[in-house]
Amino acid sequence: MEADTMNVVAPIEIAQPREAPRSASDREIVFETRGLTVSYGKAPAVSDVDLSIYRNLVTAIIGPSGCGKSTFLRSLNRMNDLVPSAKVEGEVLYHGQNIYGDGVDPVEVRRRIGMVFQKPNPFPKSIYDNVAWGLRVLGMKDDLDGRVERALTQAALWDEVKDRLKKSAFGLSGGQQQRVCLARAIAVEPDVVLLDEPASALDPIATSKIEDLMHELKNEYTLVIVTHNMQQAARVADMTAFFTLERTESGGHGVLVEYDETPKIFTQPSDKRTEGYVTGRFG
Amino acid sequence: MSARVSAVPSTHPLPHRRRIGDRFGDLFLHGLTGAAAAVAAVLLGAIAWKVFQLAWPAITKYGFAFVTRQGWDTVHNKFGALDLIWGTALTSFSALLIATPVSIAIGLYLSELAPRGARTVIASLVELLAAIPSVVLGLWGILVLGPFVGKDLEPWLHRHLGFIPLFGGSPENAGMLVAILVLTIMIVPITSSICRELFLGVPTELEQGALALGATRWEMVRGVILPYTRTGVGAAVLLGFGRAIGEAIAVTQVIGAGHGIHWSLFATGDTLASKLAEQYQGAVSNLQIASLVYLAAILLVISLLVNLTALFIVRRFSHERTGGS
Amino acid sequence: MGADPGRYSLTLSPRTRRRKLVNLLMQALATLAALAAVAVLALVIISVAQRGASALSWDFFTKTAATFGQGGGGVANALVGSLVIVALATAMALPVGILIALYVSEFAPPRVGDLARLVLDVLNGLPSIIIGIFVYGLLVIGSGQAAWKGSFALAIIMLPLVARATQEVLALVPGTLREGALALGASRWRTVLGVVLPTSLGGILTGTVLAVARAAGETAPLLFTTSIAANAVTWDPRQPVLSIPYDIFVLSESADPADHARAWALGFVLICFVLVTSLSARLLLVRYRKRLEG
Repeated sequence: MEADTMNVVAPIEIAQPREAPRSASDREIVFETRGLTVSYGKAPAVSDVDLSIYRNLVTAIIGPSGCGKSTFLRSLNRMNDLVPSAKVEGEVLYHGQNIYGDGVDPVEVRRRIGMVFQKPNPFPKSIYDNVAWGLRVLGMKDDLDGRVERALTQAALWDEVKDRLKKSAFGLSGGQQQRVCLARAIAVEPDVVLLDEPASALDPIATSKIEDLMHELKNEYTLVIVTHNMQQAARVADMTAFFTLERTESGGHGVLVEYDETPKIFTQPSDKRTEGYVTGRFG
Repeated sequence: MSARVSAVPSTHPLPHRRRIGDRFGDLFLHGLTGAAAAVAAVLLGAIAWKVFQLAWPAITKYGFAFVTRQGWDTVHNKFGALDLIWGTALTSFSALLIATPVSIAIGLYLSELAPRGARTVIASLVELLAAIPSVVLGLWGILVLGPFVGKDLEPWLHRHLGFIPLFGGSPENAGMLVAILVLTIMIVPITSSICRELFLGVPTELEQGALALGATRWEMVRGVILPYTRTGVGAAVLLGFGRAIGEAIAVTQVIGAGHGIHWSLFATGDTLASKLAEQYQGAVSNLQIASLVYLAAILLVISLLVNLTALFIVRRFSHERTGGS
Repeated sequence: MGADPGRYSLTLSPRTRRRKLVNLLMQALATLAALAAVAVLALVIISVAQRGASALSWDFFTKTAATFGQGGGGVANALVGSLVIVALATAMALPVGILIALYVSEFAPPRVGDLARLVLDVLNGLPSIIIGIFVYGLLVIGSGQAAWKGSFALAIIMLPLVARATQEVLALVPGTLREGALALGASRWRTVLGVVLPTSLGGILTGTVLAVARAAGETAPLLFTTSIAANAVTWDPRQPVLSIPYDIFVLSESADPADHARAWALGFVLICFVLVTSLSARLLLVRYRKRLEG
């Protein structure tokens, strides 16, 4: 390893993380992808990804646009199934079981692996019903009020909405709506929460609130977040995976370049492409 | 059109005659098209006015009590609308009862379930059902559906469910039940195609949000799609209802021209619209004619109410959508 | 920390199994409903085709109905009658419909345009028998029936259809086209008549064809306006003429099976006409739209 040239501190300001990132050693593996390739029709969107997601950590997926970050994320809870032309090759092992295996139902998969989307998408229902809907459908109806309150508290929203639970969720600000979506996702007690650029449609204050939340939430859940904002990844993530676009004659597809603890990715990346991205030279 | 274009900005103003011609032309076209639009509005008013004018002798004679009078006696010149209102209500509401869930189901099928390639084909086929002229449907009703209902369906219903007054009475080849079935066939294509568009219009993020929680497709439909489209579906149902109450030809062909108010679906009867079609030829007295048009006036009022409500809902609904949810 | 496969197991819990069953049941019901609709369509068309096609012949199309008492004969008078009535109705409705659409799309301030569209929608929803009674009261009382009076009633029915189709097509014409013409110095009316309208002709045509298909099948408005007709073929619109739908109506209510046979045959002709025109108009419209949107 070329000591001097690689010890470059990235010219971009690395935002101070709130606490020291946790290490992955000795941690249980929640997801392990082996040779995961997702294609839409003939064209692969993301190719041959081998990645392990660790328990109770925040794992960030970063990379330039079009490199298949969202596609990869959605393959973890089989949301790609909703696209008719999507094809998945390879394996995604959730606690050792391939979620794309025979006889595995996406409904069971999504029960355990929740998702928060880029644009807040609360249901056209009251705040209470937004959180309670999943609970009712999944049969977790005991102590509904308590569950709703706990979920909203965990999403740092309870105090703001406790007096207007029956009002429509559409009356809330964007940041609050996103936290309703978060509460809705964690109310059903998932194992993992996937977040697809959850703050990209929000203002900086709302973004900061969401990031604070992630620090709390990771004690109970495993979080995987896709973000195009490097500082955000540096602030919240324990592990960071860098994807990039590999060009071929037929277009391009995303590949995993480097996956490591966050500080290392940003200060001592092993791959030149990673270095190029985090120092802002491209992407 | 021969406007002259030059590379150099022209400093020649258009000839005076040409400018006046243009201005006159603009005004003329504006006026002409505006007049045409006014014609439509005037037409609407004229229709309402003419109907009430023709019905006036009966309106003055019976007043509002016409609506609660039974019987249609051409011999003694005593007329009442109640039987017909009953017939209209029974046939249209019953047809709506069957057609609404079927239409919603078809709308869901076409928007969620059908294989992509088949979607437009099946949707077109369902819409084609609406293109069948009502007189042909009525012909089929008299000669094919009627005998089936009279000889097979009604006896079966009578045997198994005859204790319910709806299925009491003796099976006939023509009657309320046949009319209800024919009206259902007419309502379904209208309502289902509106439902289909409504369901397709539900934002995918909402659907995905529900599915990401681990809901099944049906749970997502029940929890997101149906509540979201609730008002639109209501308007669609109203429009179907409006179609049903206004159908004169097919209904008069199959309903058997009976009198009185019966609970049995097997009985013959008449609706406001079918009575008009039935007696178009031989109205004997002036009072009879006026009474018939009085029926038309009642039908007109109900139809306007139903359609205006539906149209109003549709306009307010799309306002909400773009207004900022 | 060892994994606890029980807690994370992805095998279906009994509750999920039940939910999936409900899901399957609902899917089956929805599919059934769609199939039932298509089945009814097929049933009706096949019934009509089966019973109607056999009665068709050259005589059928060229002779008029036989005098009362004798079976057989043709429907030439009804065919010609329908032709006259519908052609006249189209001539009445088309210009007015296009003008109204032009007003709503090019000239009217937004609120007035909305009002005009509401009026058209209400007109569209009126029961056709009421329109027949209206024309009866307006034109027939005192002076008798005539084909053109029936046409007038049909024209009222066609008007909203033509206007709406035209207006939708006009809305598809790109604004850049209008702006281009105006920027060249053309006046409003030249732009509309010379650029916007010609571009929309395809769509207007298909809209008219759909309106014609609808009018050809309408019976109720003709009951009061052109039903008492002689047995001969006449092209004179001032006389009451027989029409196809009205003929079907009368024949269907007769007790004579020979009349039923003629009704089926006429019904077959009518259905063929309506279905073929509806389908081709729709297909043309789709293709026209694609061309316009580029």
